[in-house]
Amino acid sequence: MILDVADLSVDYYAGRPARAVAGVSFTHHAGEFLGIVGESGCGKSTLLFGIAQLLSPPAEIAGGTVTFAGKNLVQLSAKELRAVRWRDFSVVMQSAMNALNPVKSIAAQYEDVMRAHGTRDRAEIRERSREVLKLVRIDPVHLKSFPHQLSGGMRQRVMIAMALLFSPELIVMDEPTSALDVVAQRSLMVQIKELQRELGFAVIFVTHDMSLVSNFSDRLAVMYAGKFVELGQTRQVFAEPLHPYTKGLLEAFPSIYGPRVQLEGIPGAPPNLADPPSGCRFHPRCPAVMPQCKDVDPPVVVVEGTEVRCLLYEEKVSGVA
Amino acid sequence: MSPELATPKGPGAPLLVTKGLTRHFRIGGVFGRSLHAVDDVDLVVNEREIVALVGESGSGKSTVARLLARIYKPTSGEIVFNGRSLAHLRGRKDVLAYRGDVPMVFQDPFSSLNPVHTIGYVLRRGLRLHRPELDAREREEEVVRSLEAVGLVPGAQTAAKYPHELSGGQRQRVGFAQALSYQPRLVLADEPVSMLDVSIRIGLLNLMARLRDEGISFLYITHDIASARYVADRVVVMYAAHVVESGPTDEVLQNPVHPYTRLLLSAVPDPRARTEVSAADVGEPPRVVDPGEGCRFRWRCPLAIDICSTVTPPLLESSPGHEGACHVTVGTAGPAPVGVTAPSTADSAGAAFE
Repeated sequence: MILDVADLSVDYYAGRPARAVAGVSFTHHAGEFLGIVGESGCGKSTLLFGIAQLLSPPAEIAGGTVTFAGKNLVQLSAKELRAVRWRDFSVVMQSAMNALNPVKSIAAQYEDVMRAHGTRDRAEIRERSREVLKLVRIDPVHLKSFPHQLSGGMRQRVMIAMALLFSPELIVMDEPTSALDVVAQRSLMVQIKELQRELGFAVIFVTHDMSLVSNFSDRLAVMYAGKFVELGQTRQVFAEPLHPYTKGLLEAFPSIYGPRVQLEGIPGAPPNLADPPSGCRFHPRCPAVMPQCKDVDPPVVVVEGTEVRCLLYEEKVSGVA
Repeated sequence: MSPELATPKGPGAPLLVTKGLTRHFRIGGVFGRSLHAVDDVDLVVNEREIVALVGESGSGKSTVARLLARIYKPTSGEIVFNGRSLAHLRGRKDVLAYRGDVPMVFQDPFSSLNPVHTIGYVLRRGLRLHRPELDAREREEEVVRSLEAVGLVPGAQTAAKYPHELSGGQRQRVGFAQALSYQPRLVLADEPVSMLDVSIRIGLLNLMARLRDEGISFLYITHDIASARYVADRVVVMYAAHVVESGPTDEVLQNPVHPYTRLLLSAVPDPRARTEVSAADVGEPPRVVDPGEGCRFRWRCPLAIDICSTVTPPLLESSPGHEGACHVTVGTAGPAPVGVTAPSTADSAGAAFE
């Protein structure tokens, strides 16, 4: 186990406090690929920022711990964090165009990162920069290039190479492929997976596109309104989704395979987190809603290895017991 | 819009036709280089039909929509709407009538609505321009009717709201409502659902399908071929400013003839897809600045032969209504290769999780 997130909550203080992440717990093992999927506003990016300690006001960790390599990251000072961040875990942001500095060459940006984290030797920096670019299949001549001279796919790979500079044990990725078209996206996913196999780092991959991670992640977490509503083996979740929200998401994707069928999506819209629904946060949109869902916040129930927050399963479990 | 235009001529009659539609952009430099955004595109949208224009970013699909919306003027070629060439539109009245017949719905519902005006104000203003024959009361009724037609019920309540009070899906419905209020013949929808959450997307696609059944045509521009399959009657695939393949949706998806279409289909993220795609094709964009002769896909093409770099392949029919532009698969230059096919719907339906 390299990462243990326990009951992590994040609040946004803007007018009424909004709990964007409400008590998320999971453990992550070395070399594992965890996909976190959810709609916009479900708190998936906030969770990622909370894990990486990158939150800035008005967001603030309201409770819980993030234990990485034996240390609770939530309590580390900025200086202590600097020693861990990027060396032991790194982050790939959603938009490479915004994350890269437009007026510096790739080489200068890699040098900045390495110097900030304690590597001073110029030859070593140059050598490592060339190595990581080769890893993501970009010709090292592009170290001299500026971000605008690269295509969207290349910029995103430059970002991934930057995350690899110190061979971290964990890379957290926030929708790194969402700005790319399907062919580039597919190719980047395959590359991430190949790099992961080669170098052995663990990945937490946040995306709104459930089908994107379907072939790549070991485990899959489905997030709704600040909570994990389902967490299990990816294949299991796709084969037998438990939570009504997961089922709805899976049925919302048109496929290029099989017969053409009429799909319905999920009625309604995700809730406002400053004023979330009582009980189960999905109950106003849920097709399987029961009277008690309005009042009872469903606890985590384990059904055949999959964690699910839904009263449908609690009854079955307690009925057996 | 005159009433006789509103009566459909019956399904299938060509509504909008482009002939050799071309748009180049000068990108400066001493040598006056030009970027080919759209090259020689022949497109037909029939009545009561959803045509999906599919391609990657930079393929020219949005430029086609903007040419049709008269945001850009074509470098050459012709657009014929309802039997009349757009080159013959004269004066503001003609142009407004055309824009009412062929309105556009934009990609980003967060930036396409003015935040300081209510939904009702925005819709009424459009109506004053495009349907000047309506009086104030009729306009009000039309606003409510069109908002309710897209599922924003009650319409009067929605009309009183400001954009920030609506969710992304609701805002995009407002975009559709505005287009509908003009009683359009053809709606140009440029990536109308790509900014929306998956649980909301299907609702809008279903709305498009319903409006099609009520007689409105759509040009649905998207990079998502799965959603194109879901709603479209015909699919047109663009690559590097050219149409490379077009035909009935099922035919194109089951028997794609162009290598780019095959690549596109194999890259669609899907839990039922097999992970056999390699990282070899990194999806680099094609050359569209002074591209010269030859097939523009040849650098990425696994089937490329000598002729591909010297002769631009023409669109040829491979089966009735299905055209492809490839020397190897539909041309006479080479034998059809064996074993290089995209996943067909039949053999991979049961291939989940392999």
